[in-house]
Amino acid sequence: MAVSESEQRRGVVAVIEPGGHKLPLSMAGPGAMGKTGYWRTQRPVVNYERCTGCYLCWLYCPDNVIEMVPGKGPRGQDIPVIDYDYCKGCGVCAAVCPVKAIDMVDESKFLAKEKEEGDGNA
Amino acid sequence: MPKLLAMRGNEAVAYAAKYARVEVVAAYPITPQTIIVEKIDELISKGEMDAEMIHVESEHSALAATYGAAAGGVRAFTATSSHGLMYMYEVLWWTAGSRIPVVMAVVTRAMGPPWNIHVSHEDILATRDTGWLVSMAENNQEAFDLTLQMFRITEDPRVYLPGIVGLDGFILSHTVEPVELPDQETVDEFLPPRRQPYVMEPGEPKAMGNLVPDEYFEELRMDMQQSMENAVKVIREVGREYAKYFGRDYSELVECYKCSDADYIVAGTGSWMGDAKIAADKLREKGYRVGVMRLRWIRPFPWSDVREAAMSKKAVIVMDRSLSTGHAGPLFLELSSALEAKPSMIGVPAGIGGVDISYEDIERFTEKAIQLVEEHGRVYIPAMWYHLGKIFPTYPSSNVKLD
Repeated sequence: MAVSESEQRRGVVAVIEPGGHKLPLSMAGPGAMGKTGYWRTQRPVVNYERCTGCYLCWLYCPDNVIEMVPGKGPRGQDIPVIDYDYCKGCGVCAAVCPVKAIDMVDESKFLAKEKEEGDGNA
Repeated sequence: MPKLLAMRGNEAVAYAAKYARVEVVAAYPITPQTIIVEKIDELISKGEMDAEMIHVESEHSALAATYGAAAGGVRAFTATSSHGLMYMYEVLWWTAGSRIPVVMAVVTRAMGPPWNIHVSHEDILATRDTGWLVSMAENNQEAFDLTLQMFRITEDPRVYLPGIVGLDGFILSHTVEPVELPDQETVDEFLPPRRQPYVMEPGEPKAMGNLVPDEYFEELRMDMQQSMENAVKVIREVGREYAKYFGRDYSELVECYKCSDADYIVAGTGSWMGDAKIAADKLREKGYRVGVMRLRWIRPFPWSDVREAAMSKKAVIVMDRSLSTGHAGPLFLELSSALEAKPSMIGVPAGIGGVDISYEDIERFTEKAIQLVEEHGRVYIPAMWYHLGKIFPTYPSSNVKLD
């Protein structure tokens, strides 16, 4: 099923045309609404010393922005890496973490720092 | 070898589903439709039909399950009537808007209250705006033929919309008539394997019916309207093909009986149009040149055929087994619009709730309408109700006084 270029309008991929028809379909894909990380007011930060690699944050993340990287933790455990381009900072990962390895940190601290470094993406 | 059997209209439809190799049927019983799904159940349990029957808890679920199965890639079928159809009304819109081909039989029946299981067209005509193709059979053979064709029409990539085959409650559903059943091999040649615009299946995740910007929504509706226009062409093609395979031609969306030399046209849909043809013959014996225009298709509306057949006539008398209460019969409204009300138009709500209408009744109200036209010249009468042999002029008022 091909999504024609002309139908990929900003925001959504909703109109797909096999056989010349417009259909009420959208295909899974990252960031149809643009980079949504800037919606965040709190940023989840993982303490890898504490993390046991249990995958619960990965499982619960409602936006599917946590990737588990096998064997990269300080004790050789699998660790979660968060994609801050799309993480909206909902805090579900921090809430479900059984060892309190994820802290929700005020986003403005990072913004100020990024501004200083001239690396802001907001 | 094709075989000629005696069967009820409901059984004819069930056989059509079997010949179409329907794989999933979801059903909830309602009179007068029940025999269709009972017969399918019987064919499945005898091993004559390879399909899954899902017994559901309501008609809303019956169409939802049928639509779900069809979206999953199989040929799916269901049947209902009256209150059942209204209960699944929401899912009618979902199925059509999703562009998923599904075929459903609607055995026409009155809407309560009071409780009434007999023929009326108010149920099927309430589907006009949903985006489904809607056809109406005149007899049991046509109920079979239209069902079989409906699979091919709805699964044509130019159409990709679901379709309803209507047959009149009891008059066709429970009446035995000879029906010719074809060879399975011939059907397999006529009906290609199922095609559909997309398949909902694991492995290729997609969301259907998600929230979209308003302008997308409108564009999707515009596409459906275009597909309905395409459907007119597809119906003609498939109807012509059907004649090649089975000897019965369905290339016309409107059946015209003695229309060419007629001054007056009796128009309508469904089984009672057979009686209208007898009435036309009787009126011709009296010297009135009457023809009959039967709408085999309601959606897409056979606009150009209707105009060609009736635009230049003196009057069109529209028999409506249904009423859009507060205005006139739905077919009267549609035909008046298509004909720009250029001929005299007389709408006759009649036979509602299964009140028996014989050819003599049709002869009587048609003659009355003709006399009004002869007396007054051009008349426009939205609802000249015919009830138990008498004429009842009703709201909205006509341009002539009726007694």
